Amino acid sequence: MPTDVLMPQMGESIAEGTIVRWVKQVGDSVERDEPLFEISTDKVDAEIPAPVAGVLAQIHAGVGETVPVNTVVAVIGTLGEVIAAEPARTEPVTPAAATPTDSGAPTLEPSPSPSASASRRLSPLVRRLLAEHGIDASRVSGTGDGGRVTRADVLAYVARRDTGAHDSDGPEATVPALGERTEPLGVMRRRIAERMVASRRTAAHVHTVFDVDFSRVAARRATGDGGTRTVGYLAHIAKAVCGALVAVPRVNASLDGDRVLHHGRVNLGIAVALEWGLIVPVIKAADAMSVEEIDVAITDLSTRARAKQLSPDDVDGGTFTVTNPGVFGSVFGLPIINQPQSAILCVGVIEKRPVVVDDVVVARLQSYLTLGFDHRLIDGAVADQFMANVRDTLEERSS
Amino acid sequence: MHADQGPTETAAPGFHRPPLVVRSLGVVPYEVALNRQRQLVKARQADETPDHLLLLEHPAVITIGVRGRAHPQHLLASRAELREVGIDVHDVARGGDVTYHGPGQIVGYPVVSLKPDRCDVRRYVTDLEEILIRTAASFGVEAGRVAGLTGVWVGNDKLAAIGVRVSRWVTSHGFALNVATDLDHFRFIVPCGLEGRGVTSLERLLGTPLSQTEVEAAVASEFASVFGRRVV
Repeated sequence: MPTDVLMPQMGESIAEGTIVRWVKQVGDSVERDEPLFEISTDKVDAEIPAPVAGVLAQIHAGVGETVPVNTVVAVIGTLGEVIAAEPARTEPVTPAAATPTDSGAPTLEPSPSPSASASRRLSPLVRRLLAEHGIDASRVSGTGDGGRVTRADVLAYVARRDTGAHDSDGPEATVPALGERTEPLGVMRRRIAERMVASRRTAAHVHTVFDVDFSRVAARRATGDGGTRTVGYLAHIAKAVCGALVAVPRVNASLDGDRVLHHGRVNLGIAVALEWGLIVPVIKAADAMSVEEIDVAITDLSTRARAKQLSPDDVDGGTFTVTNPGVFGSVFGLPIINQPQSAILCVGVIEKRPVVVDDVVVARLQSYLTLGFDHRLIDGAVADQFMANVRDTLEERSS
Repeated sequence: MHADQGPTETAAPGFHRPPLVVRSLGVVPYEVALNRQRQLVKARQADETPDHLLLLEHPAVITIGVRGRAHPQHLLASRAELREVGIDVHDVARGGDVTYHGPGQIVGYPVVSLKPDRCDVRRYVTDLEEILIRTAASFGVEAGRVAGLTGVWVGNDKLAAIGVRVSRWVTSHGFALNVATDLDHFRFIVPCGLEGRGVTSLERLLGTPLSQTEVEAAVASEFASVFGRRVV
């Protein structure tokens, strides 16, 4: 799984940092804690170590660039990829040896062409890299045995492509029409764009919508269940989600190549809309917390997100995300999964709507909850089992 | 969620204060001090050694920080010209612009771990300024900060310069306090890249000679007090 490298927060009142030097270049391998880049804030220079071992796959912020704290400045591919790449490269490419290894997994090639067969024999690692970056294998020229595309080839292609894209950010060739204006894409915007498209490309998105009665939650809020503090609806939903993730653990898992990674804990991401973009701080071990504690954590994280005071650790390690466009009036949404997670819950507006209860139409406090899930890993029945669990908790149904 | 305890403002009493080794090294060539710092930083990162404060003097040298390389015009003489008057020039991996070190100046290189409760580089710089302001005050000089300009100032003139590097929250480089510095040597640079400001020294401000040892002792004691360390 690639790891994002973030601009670290070097102090409470420090909102941004300037890249002074990249110690490692794209394609270099790095050890964990080995110096990766240097930044400068005020009169202080800091050497930033790599958060994980692996290969520096992408650099998103160049030397001299000043970016906000917690912006993704680079991506490191995992050590597993490095190890896996070695045998793949040295392995002799004979049809007999290559065909069986390739037949097991789905292939990416667009149109069969006999002359390109050597370059189409891709290791699972290379195939995954290609998929991650959305690259058609036929566009990468292979330097491995028999013209085989290696990991290095893909990374080099990505580096060239990224640089190319950067170059085109330069002065506009066309004159904008009257009233039009252009602005360069900020680092955060560019990153959101990349991640959204990458998620769409990677996951088989499916959505399921449940209509949930919030009368019981409202009643609990009114009776001051949370002591002196009125616990927000979002915290009640988050608490119900944690319970459901424990009950249906498949929804709290990630697809990692050809393995399923089951997360022991629930690290709950809460999407926070910012004036300048979007960030998803994470409540660590939310399954072990009370609804009041979750409420405090949500307030703390969203406040610090808006004040640009999140630490890299605050946005790291999420296993499931809750997004709440209902606060803006959205009835229900069809969210994109926050990779490498497998599902995301979207909360619609909580409002009184006519519903049928015991053959009578009554006004009830309702909300549509949508689960976006990755059908590669989660089937509809599992997703609905999860959603029914969330609903039952919120409605205090004993089913 | 783990609650952040926040830094403790008041130093813990006696025993509980982490140790600080203070070394007064006399005159040390720039590269030698640089090497010593590198070794100490490594050892400190590995937790093999306690916090250190190196106090020393450099033979005349001009160092150019990361930002200084972007402003070659802040060096007002060629490197060859400077060598002729006996001033070395070094490019160094610290923040800041162009700095002069020389006889009569107390250079402090704290190699201190800011973990766990002082992980804030801006606070670290403010703390260094505080140490130097208190040191100056103990000799009767009222120095202060200038908003937006790192360092310690008396009026429009710089009394002490600060340039710091942090690596895995272990500090290196540090500060330079003008005690009896030959201020004439500053004519070769635009100090810290700030045009239109001057430099000064404790001796110039007081009009009497000062003992370098006494000033070092004051710096060490203020350092221990601001950082809540116990000098060993």
